[in-house]
Order: sequence, then structure tokens, then C-alpha cells
Amino acid sequence: MDELSFGMEVLVSGLLQGFMYSLVALGFVLIIKSSGVFNFAQGAMCLFAALGFVSFTENGVPFWLALVLAILMMTAVAIAIERIVLRPLVARPPLILFMATVGLSFFLEGLAQGIWGTQPHGLEIGIPDQPFEGWPIDVSRFELFAAAVALVLVASLVFFFHRTRMGRALRAVSDDHTAAMSVGISLQTIWAVTWGIAGLVALVAGIMWGTRLGVQYSLSLIVLKALAVLILGGFNSITGAVVGGLIIGGSEKLAEVYAGLYLGLGGIESFFGYLVAMVALFFRPYGLFGDEIIERV
Amino acid sequence: MLYRESGQFVSSYARDMRIFPLLQDRWAFAALLGVAFVAIPALASDYWLSTIFTLFLIYSVAAIGLNLLTGYCGQLSIGHAAFMAVGAYASYNFAVRLDLPVLLNFVLSGLVAAGVGLVFGLPSLRIKGFYLAVATLAAQFTIEWALVSFSWFANDNPIGAIDMPPMTLLGWAISTPRDKYLLTLAVTLVLAVAAKNLTRSEIGRSWMAIRDLDVAAEIIGIRLFRYKLLAFMVSSFYAGVAGALYAFCYLGSLEISAFELVVSFRLLGMIIIGGLGTILGSFLGAGFIVLLPILISQTLAILHLPGMSDLLANLELMIFGGLIVLFLIVEPYGLARLWRTTKEKLRLWPFPY
Repeated sequence: MDELSFGMEVLVSGLLQGFMYSLVALGFVLIIKSSGVFNFAQGAMCLFAALGFVSFTENGVPFWLALVLAILMMTAVAIAIERIVLRPLVARPPLILFMATVGLSFFLEGLAQGIWGTQPHGLEIGIPDQPFEGWPIDVSRFELFAAAVALVLVASLVFFFHRTRMGRALRAVSDDHTAAMSVGISLQTIWAVTWGIAGLVALVAGIMWGTRLGVQYSLSLIVLKALAVLILGGFNSITGAVVGGLIIGGSEKLAEVYAGLYLGLGGIESFFGYLVAMVALFFRPYGLFGDEIIERV
Repeated sequence: MLYRESGQFVSSYARDMRIFPLLQDRWAFAALLGVAFVAIPALASDYWLSTIFTLFLIYSVAAIGLNLLTGYCGQLSIGHAAFMAVGAYASYNFAVRLDLPVLLNFVLSGLVAAGVGLVFGLPSLRIKGFYLAVATLAAQFTIEWALVSFSWFANDNPIGAIDMPPMTLLGWAISTPRDKYLLTLAVTLVLAVAAKNLTRSEIGRSWMAIRDLDVAAEIIGIRLFRYKLLAFMVSSFYAGVAGALYAFCYLGSLEISAFELVVSFRLLGMIIIGGLGTILGSFLGAGFIVLLPILISQTLAILHLPGMSDLLANLELMIFGGLIVLFLIVEPYGLARLWRTTKEKLRLWPFPY
């Protein structure tokens, strides 16, 4: 295999991995957009969703029914979070809300592992993690499928936000809470809906990453990669989450492979994405697609 | 009735500005120091001294550092454990390679951490809020990676662990848990008083102005460049000293995993639960976060459910997380605010107002 097609292969696999980061980052964007909460518990929600789904399928529940059950479960969890944690904390400083979601993520991790155990589970969704035969470069079927899922999810979210009544209400709330309330939009319904959607996104991300890595504790750590994606793309942009995911996924894979090859530095994948995001932030301090905050005194 | 200012007159500005304006507070503080320096070393067992009191003090130092940065200057950092790691590894290298005296070692380790903190503080000039917070994660991962990848930092130890050499202070060998506790206590006291005074000085006031609204602070002539970076440096200095103490006085031998991301979150939890922008809050929060898991696991151990250690570990995690959330709902301004409210009530006691 020649140099170029090897490089292409690395890049493509990085980009596809990037789509999987976007899946996690999307959950953050949704919640920040509608309620301004920086929800650190998104990773724990992924873990919770994936563990729940796996244990349904392992107990003999058919795939689609398990999916429906998991969706119902995540909706219930999301609504409970909104009721119990966020509603009493309304109008508190963002830092307090952030810390509350950190506490929440401890709680969810403990709960998920308490119910379903700590041993890793394998998850098969029927798509092999193997390359297609006869293609000029190796592309994993599973990665391609994950990318397709991410794109479908993004497309339906964009459609939902721009073309439905509820979506418009969501955007109104993210624009200005008070103004939205004054035209009769119920904030609490909106927040419950957003958290429900975020729970759904967490389920999709959890299943995808669970298939990749096995369903185990480390699932809740992918949230850390998603954070780099999030600041690169901008906190409140769905497009940003996707583009940011692609940039981080592609660049870190290239850096990992070529720094390992030529400089002998291993494992820089663990932080390279952050450096990329940080450099980008020097030029655009609100991310590539984030709303610029205009400060007045 | 007992706790009030009537009858206590001040006759100079210096006296008016002291940290504890009330006689009763000064007595209480003296009593507290007496307990910490005399009663605890005399009465507590070695286990308590090393695993609880020393750890509590070390975390308090680190929490004060983070509080100066986040609580006073308003710059959120979720990579602070990495600066502790820098301090710990620096103190190891100073001790092994140069054999420096302990106190000088602590100061230099703090300064090394401050230098690293300065570099990772640079984005704060351009990036704000949660964007900055996530950017500080870069510090966490980059430093962790560097300390693991370059074995020079751990003196080419095959498993990357650092083993602290025995330490002596002015010819006095510090080896027992009690000696280590006393050394930690002395360092903590000096740093805490320094931090308290720093926050009452021009620097501290500038930090608070930046925290409240940095654009306004800039307009009234506070140089953001200088004060933000200073906050990062001072804060990292405290973290570095805490890391050196952690290595020397608490563990003696450690790996990088002692300073992973969870520790950064624990530090953040300490200052938020203790109270942002208060030195007292750093101590209270450190006590809360250090003691709570121990308390929970002890309580669960009493219940004595055999064969369910897995479930218990998860239950511990759930209770810990749940209590953080509950606490934030009940008292979002932290333990320090609770303490202040109590004192105000106490001044009027037994009357309601």
C-alpha cells in the first residue's frame, strides 16, 4: 500500500470516528441551547442508556422492543432529572448548575452500575466492524453506519428545530426565556422535551459507542472527547457539533499516526484534540459556529 | 449574648482592618490552632493523622489555590489536579537530583507549577467561561501525558512511579505520621494566612473586579493581562505545593493516577460546596469532600451486607453524587455562607432581631 492511500485511510477512519464524537456532543448542544445548562452528566446518561439497552437484549427482549423500552426509560430519566435536579436550581449561577450535573453524573454512574452490574457487556447490532472488500481503501462498515446514523440524527434535529411548532418554541426559549414565557410557551414543558431528546441522543450515542468499545464504565469518559468537539464547534450550534467532531476526529487520528511514525511520540490522541480546539479558540473565542456574546458594561 | 462586638473599641486603622475583628473570634481561632497543633497530634491515632487529617489539610491547600482562581478571579479551571502533579513530580526531582532542603523544595515546586500554570493560563486572555473551563482540560491531559511519556520525570522508574526519599527539616527527620501532619499543618497555616491577606490586598480586589465584570474592570484601569495571569500563577503555586505535600507527607510513593481528572472535579466540588470566594470555604469544602466518602463507607460497613461490596461501592457513588446535588439545592452559596448566617444569628441570640 502506498503512502497516500494509507494517509487517506487514517483520515477517513478519523473522520468517521469524529461523527461518533458528534453524537455525544449533540446531547450537550441541545441542553445548552434550550436551558443554558452545561450538562456534564451527558456521558453518564450514555452509560446508563447503553447498559439498560444491553441488559434488555441480554434478557431475551427482541432488538426493536428493547430499543423502545430504552427510549421510554431514558425519557423517564430525563424528565426526572428536570423535575428533581433542575427545577429547584432555576436561575442559579451557571457554575452551580454545572456542579449539580457533575454530582448527577456520579449518581447516574452509581445507579446504572448498581442495577446492571459493573462487568463489561458486549453489544452487537448486526453490523460488523470490518472493512468492505474490493474498496481502494479500508473503511469499516460499522463506522460508516455510525456516520449515517449521526447524519440522520442531525438532519432530523434540524428539521425538528426549524419546521415544527415545538422546535420553534424551543428556539424561542433559547433566544430569550422571558420573552418566550410572555407569549405563552411553558418553560417546564420545553425543558422536559429537551431533556427527553438529550436522553434519546444519549441512547443513540451509547449504543454506537457501546458496540465499539463494549458497554462498560469507560463509556462515560467519551464525554471528555466530546467536550473538545463542543468548544471547537461552539456551544450552541448543531452544525458546530458535527464540523467540530470531524475536525477533531480527523486531526487527532492523523497526529496520532504520524507523530508515532516520525517523532516516536505515542498516545498523543489523548490530548491532541484539546490543543486543536484551543488554537482554534484563539482565533474564534466562541467556537467556529457558536453565537458571539456581545459584552456591555 | 456572649458573641457580640459591644464594648470592644478599636483605636487604630490597623486594628480595624484585622482579620478577626471580634475578641471572641480571636479566642476561637486560637483555640482551634491549639486543637490542631497540640490536641490532635497528641490524641489521634496514626491512621487518623495520616489518612484523614493530613489529607484534609493537603486538599485544603489545593482548594485555596483553586478558590483564588475560580472564586476570586472568576476563571474556571477543571484541570487543577495536573498542577498538583507538576508540583509532586517537581518536588521529587528536586529531592532526588539536587537534594534540596524540604522547605526550599516546596517553594521551588510551587514555582515550577506556577510557571506551568502561567502557560496554560494564557488562553484565559482570549477565552471566557465554560470555553475556558474546557480549555483547561487541555492542561490536565497534556501534563498527564507528558509525565507518563517522558520517563525522565520519574527518574526512569520502569513503572513511572515516584518514590520520595526520606526528608529532614533542619536535621530533624520527618518520618512519623505525626511529624508529617505537623509539617503539613504549618505549611497550610502559612499559605492560608497568605491567601487571606492576598485577597484583602489590591491584588485580591482587582481579581474580584475581574470576576464581577472583566470589561468594567478593564475600563477602570485594571490590567487584565497581568492580573489574570497572576491569578493562574498564584493558584498553580498553591496546587504545586499541595502536590509536593501530597507526595512527601501523604503517600510517599505515587503514580500519575493520583492526580487524574476526578481529582480536579473533587477540587472544584470542594470550593463550590465550601463557598466560592472564601478562604474558610476552601477548608470546609475540603473537609466535606474528604470526610463524606469515608463517612458513607463507614456507615454502609456498619449495615454489614455480606457479599455485596460491588453494590456498596455503587451505592457510595450514588449517595455522594446525590448529596452534592441536594446540597447545592439547599445552600447554593456553600458552607461558608451557612457559617456566616449562623454567626449573624448568634450575635443577636437569644433575640430573633
